[in-house]
Amino acid sequence: MAVLTEEQTLLRDAARTWVREKAPLSALRGLRNAADARPYDPAAYAEMAAMGWAGVIIPESHGGSAFGCQSLGLILEALGRNLVASPLIVTTLGVASAILMGGTAEQQSALLQGIAAGDLVGALAIDEGPHHRPEDVALPAVRTKDGWRLSGSKTFVLEGMAADVFLVSARTGGKPGDRDGISLFLVPADANGLSRSSMPLVDSRGAARLVLDQVDVDVDALLGPAGQGWALLDATLDRVRAGLAAEMLGSALQAFDTTLDYLKVRVQFGQPIGAFQALQHRAAKMYADLELTRSCVEAAFAAIDAGDANIAELVSLAKAKAGGTLHTVSNEMVQMHGGIGMTDAHDAGLYLKRARVAETALGGQAYHRDRYARLQGY
Amino acid sequence: MADFGGSQPGEFEGEVKAWLAENYPGELRAPSPITDPNAIWGGRAFAGSDDPQIRWMRAMAARGWTAPTWPTEYGGGGLGAEEAQILEQALISGGYRRPLASFGLWMLGPVLLEYATPAQKRAHLPGIVAGDIRWCQGYSEPGAGSDLAALRTRCEDAGDHWLINGQKVWTSYADQADWCFCLVRTDTAKKHEGISFVLIDMTTPGVETHPIRLISGESPFCETFFTDVKIPKDNLIGRVGGGWEIAKRLLQYERQNISGGFGAGGGAGGLAGDLGAIAARYIGVDATGALADGDLRGRITRNKMDTQALHLTIARLAAEARTGNGPNAATSIIKYAAATLAQERSELMIEAMGSQGLGWAGDGFKPDERLAARGWLRSKGNSIEGGTSEVNLNVVAKRVLGLPDLVPGA
Repeated sequence: MAVLTEEQTLLRDAARTWVREKAPLSALRGLRNAADARPYDPAAYAEMAAMGWAGVIIPESHGGSAFGCQSLGLILEALGRNLVASPLIVTTLGVASAILMGGTAEQQSALLQGIAAGDLVGALAIDEGPHHRPEDVALPAVRTKDGWRLSGSKTFVLEGMAADVFLVSARTGGKPGDRDGISLFLVPADANGLSRSSMPLVDSRGAARLVLDQVDVDVDALLGPAGQGWALLDATLDRVRAGLAAEMLGSALQAFDTTLDYLKVRVQFGQPIGAFQALQHRAAKMYADLELTRSCVEAAFAAIDAGDANIAELVSLAKAKAGGTLHTVSNEMVQMHGGIGMTDAHDAGLYLKRARVAETALGGQAYHRDRYARLQGY
Repeated sequence: MADFGGSQPGEFEGEVKAWLAENYPGELRAPSPITDPNAIWGGRAFAGSDDPQIRWMRAMAARGWTAPTWPTEYGGGGLGAEEAQILEQALISGGYRRPLASFGLWMLGPVLLEYATPAQKRAHLPGIVAGDIRWCQGYSEPGAGSDLAALRTRCEDAGDHWLINGQKVWTSYADQADWCFCLVRTDTAKKHEGISFVLIDMTTPGVETHPIRLISGESPFCETFFTDVKIPKDNLIGRVGGGWEIAKRLLQYERQNISGGFGAGGGAGGLAGDLGAIAARYIGVDATGALADGDLRGRITRNKMDTQALHLTIARLAAEARTGNGPNAATSIIKYAAATLAQERSELMIEAMGSQGLGWAGDGFKPDERLAARGWLRSKGNSIEGGTSEVNLNVVAKRVLGLPDLVPGA
């Protein structure tokens, strides 16, 4: 654990306590079994917002506490332990970050207060195909007399079914694959011509597919400079990736702890199975991976809060490492539990499923290794 | 609270920087300084030497700064943790060479401070601080590797002295060492409680060492024989039969030290430099600037990322240790991770170089290429020396994760 400030320690302890007492894993099962397939429990999110979590990275002038992204990461790690579903990552590290880093004073005033209060939920409409390639945006936005007209579709929009506002990447110049010519828009969910449909995912949280059929937005829906939105998009995505990595770290830690407990109590051949060296060594290697992952996640957030030059490198490191670690630990969770781990009644499957979705979101291990290599010039 | 002897931290830093700048031998500032590569280890072989590295060592030792936190009465610097950190940072940021590399400093000294009598401390610590005595470690034996406590070298009470007979192996640089700290058996009836910790002058009659040639062609290790070697009674540290506790303590220091040497530099014997850039030189890049061998590129990147993750972890654990919460359990994974990554890296290095990475000798290969090949072979020892990776994982599983021992006879 990084050396924390007093405020961070209080925040972390509060998050751990709340998750332990108020957000059991059974809540996720409840969501899954609910008829309306909600992506999260609004009452739980209201509690989080009441504790100030939705405003952790938002300035005090807009109703937040400005504790920084690292502090939010501590909360996300705690939430990840019990796979707590919430729009906290995409709404605050995603939409609020983009508005903070690239929005006008008017845009900030219009939206940040509502986000900090937990009243406004945002989502990122970036991907257009099955793989995360944010440069490949094709969805065109054309200038109209009063603003812009967007037409096209987006997929894998996390928390998309609950969002009030979308951050939509669109093309106003160049061709898919170009970093030039990308523009970002804030599109209200109730805009004429925008429709969404649910994409139930294996992790019981779900995403949305968006269709924008000649959606007209005002000029002030444009976030940042027209055609030059790449830098803002990239910086925004990096904050969300770091948030996902923190959540994945928490999930991996809990999956590991649960598995370790089982190794100590399950008896076969007259031994607790944790006494067998084959399993001990695998457990020890997972422990090593968890420690390395923590260092990467903390370093990524520290770089983000300090505005360092190597944010992209450290974020790709954290997202790739967290993806690999959670993948390994959740697979081992099933294997080390044996048959019981294959049952729906056991929690192992929940971690295994969430691992895949979180890893795929905003770039999997392969994407981030490639990005890391390019950043290093080979 | 750190004791700055009345001065403030900022003031101390200023004094340190000024002193270092004034006392650093100018010859060492040259891009490739002319100095004996062995000089950094000090020892009797360099008594009276004018080598600039030795002059640097003497200057630092005179202030006790080769052992900054040791008590001044034994020649140490007497600095607090915070001051020692300031000195360490000043050495790194100023680009100064390390004044002294020494098993005495890293391993023996800390346990002498903990277990030795005042007379024993006075006898041995000042020589370590000054770099006058080069120490080697006599632990492993042909029949006692991972199962170190199975060691058999006998140490018998012969009245006014101890009599030692036996054989040690993997005694690093024993052929160049002046003294050896050694685990010996004082009681054959008990396994762990029959072990004692003794100090042996390598010039004592009956001590014989032979270098062992490794697969890399180097001979950093020796086998050492003791035949009717007589040592004074005062050379036994702690209590008779109390050597195992000291040995375990010392191994902790050794593991810390070994892992500190691995990493981007390639670990023991590895070739330094950026793996991605080196691979790009030998293999070329595609139109987008990516390494032309996609499979190797992916594997190199995994290794680089994990290595960076390890460095971040070492830095994190050091920062946490400075807050005074004691050593983090996670330090136990460092040696295992460092060894694994250093080995992977040295394999990727020769793979990137292709046939040029397989050279043993001759002008057909650049010095770097030969070093890469030798380093690849040398790195195989990374997961064996100082505790095998398997033993390391056992320790993590049992001591950190609390996993149980096998139930006998079940």
